[in-house]
Amino acid sequence: MSVLIYIDHSEAQIKKSSLEAICYGAALARQLGTGAEAILLGTVNEDLAALGKYGVTRIYQVAGEALQHLDSGLFTKVLAEAVPATGAKVVVFSNNMNGKALAPRLAARLKAGFVSGAVALPDTASGFSVKKSVFSGKAFAHISLKTDIKIISLNPNSFPLTTGEGKAEIAPLNIAVGAPKVKVVSATQSTGQVPLTEAELVVSGGRGLKGPENWGMVEELAKLLGAATACSRPVADAHWRPHNEHVGQTGIAIAPNLYIAIGISGAIQHLAGVNRSKTIVVINKDPEAPFFKAADYGIVGDAFEVVPKMIEAVKKLKGIV
Amino acid sequence: MKILVCISKTPDTTAKIAFTDNNTKFAGDGVQWIINPYDEWYALVRAIELKEKDPATVIHLVTVGLADTEPIIRKALALGGDEAIRVNGENADPFYIASQLAEVARQGGYDLVFTGKETIDYNGSAIGGMLAELLDMPYISLAAKFDLNGSVATIVREIEGGEETDEVNLPVVVSCQKGMAEQRIPNMKGIMGARSKPLKVLEPVAIAPLTSIASFELPPAKAGVKLVSADNPAELIRLLHEEAKVF
Ligand SMILES: Cc1cc2nc3c(=O)[nH]c(=O)nc-3n(C[C@H](O)[C@H](O)[C@H](O)COP(=O)(O)OP(=O)(O)OC[C@H]3O[C@@H](n4cnc5c(N)ncnc54)[C@H](O)[C@@H]3O)c2cc1C
Repeated sequence: MSVLIYIDHSEAQIKKSSLEAICYGAALARQLGTGAEAILLGTVNEDLAALGKYGVTRIYQVAGEALQHLDSGLFTKVLAEAVPATGAKVVVFSNNMNGKALAPRLAARLKAGFVSGAVALPDTASGFSVKKSVFSGKAFAHISLKTDIKIISLNPNSFPLTTGEGKAEIAPLNIAVGAPKVKVVSATQSTGQVPLTEAELVVSGGRGLKGPENWGMVEELAKLLGAATACSRPVADAHWRPHNEHVGQTGIAIAPNLYIAIGISGAIQHLAGVNRSKTIVVINKDPEAPFFKAADYGIVGDAFEVVPKMIEAVKKLKGIV
Repeated sequence: MKILVCISKTPDTTAKIAFTDNNTKFAGDGVQWIINPYDEWYALVRAIELKEKDPATVIHLVTVGLADTEPIIRKALALGGDEAIRVNGENADPFYIASQLAEVARQGGYDLVFTGKETIDYNGSAIGGMLAELLDMPYISLAAKFDLNGSVATIVREIEGGEETDEVNLPVVVSCQKGMAEQRIPNMKGIMGARSKPLKVLEPVAIAPLTSIASFELPPAKAGVKLVSADNPAELIRLLHEEAKVF
């Protein structure tokens, strides 16, 4: 009957989005009156038992050199053995990059009903339905799952991290790991930067910034706030900024606590990817810019004058002057 | 080389999102339909580029949908591809769709199966992974680059805050996103040629969907923007700190 949460990692570190998935899985287990356990494939340089504070009592671990890098086929075979072995009826993933590769695969193998992009705990009052984001953040759907085993992948930044007391027991699981078919040649990660999808604060720039040479102030503000940087589509298309910063309907969808949009008009396709942000701030010199309708706070003004003053104010607030 | 490109139809990005039948159905009347941008701009165009390099390549397009999806598949054929297959089934759920696509893929013996990273309506990003599992093929999701050297594919996929380069032997299923290719506009020759390209209609295999949509919901409206004077950005920072408490 239990809830099983998949722990994703890279470079031997557990991803923050997996901690959110653990908190979600633990809350769901409480709701269902059952236990929450987690599973890790591979090894990490972290104190696994300490994850107990997020609400899991046991962490199953399958060791194997081939499990340090994702091969969705290989991982699926291991998980398909682990799920019945642990007796889990609900499996929770983060809907992050690896979760998007793995969760649907496992669902197909187990013939489990699957919801990706969940944004809230399931409604289990009568049946089992999960609220997910659809139409690129413009609406929600409630998906009902009728299968014995259910798989949910949780959108990053959609469930709060809460901690309590407790240590998890580590339980090695003996499952034969096959040979990978995917060979990882290299991986690059921009170090010291917050990954956009996990970021709680995001500072974003649009075509109003005129050219890539003007991104210094965007980066400085982001750095001061510990925020990630993002951009609108034409900015990425013009190669002013890297593609992986492009947010919107055809880029990355994000839901940070704070999204600061500088020199972005707020086209419907842009809003689609960012309108689940909890607080939206718009800096635009055009009072008619559509973005103001979706904003919580705004300044009508020239970004080249306003942003440097914001930077000064943040420095003062943080005592850096 | 045989490539299968999966194509889905989605509402235009500017379409009004509204629901009917007690919020259980998308209000599709009067909505303009387009090829799902990820399928068109990245999956299909990259397949066409591979064919331009190696003209012996054969590209098949496949969609699962009723007769009203035919304009979309013809539009895709106008960009490129040799023939199209429409599986005459409704969009019941991701597992149903993936199972239909898997059946077509098995029959065709493809070396390469491309999907978009997700559709812009249901945002499921489920089809590629399910399809790979049903076909027992490796799966690379969120691919931003794809290159072929004989039967070995080198694929760059997005990971949190960076990218990973993978090598895999064909056959493989790949979900495509930005970076794979640049959007193309169909030309007159393509549009005319698309009319005479074969479009095969297959009946769906019997598969029970595993999920259903109980209802839709629109997000609550925003309370309205609080404007701060351009002379006083420090006040904005104070509000974000003390009122919104975001830092
Ligand atoms: C199918 C489709 C999919 C799309 N997907 C996406 C997507 O995923 N993401 C996306 O972002 N777009 C997407 N677009 C494009 C979208 O429609 C807009 O064209 C785009 O978002 C505009 O980018 P922008 O706001 O940076 O530029 P603009 O629309 O040019 O806006 C620039 C803004 O900057 C302001 N400005 C100018 N100078 C200053 C100054 N000195 N100080 C302050 N403000 C200033 C202007 O008032 C204006 O509001 C898509 C379009 C289509 C058709």
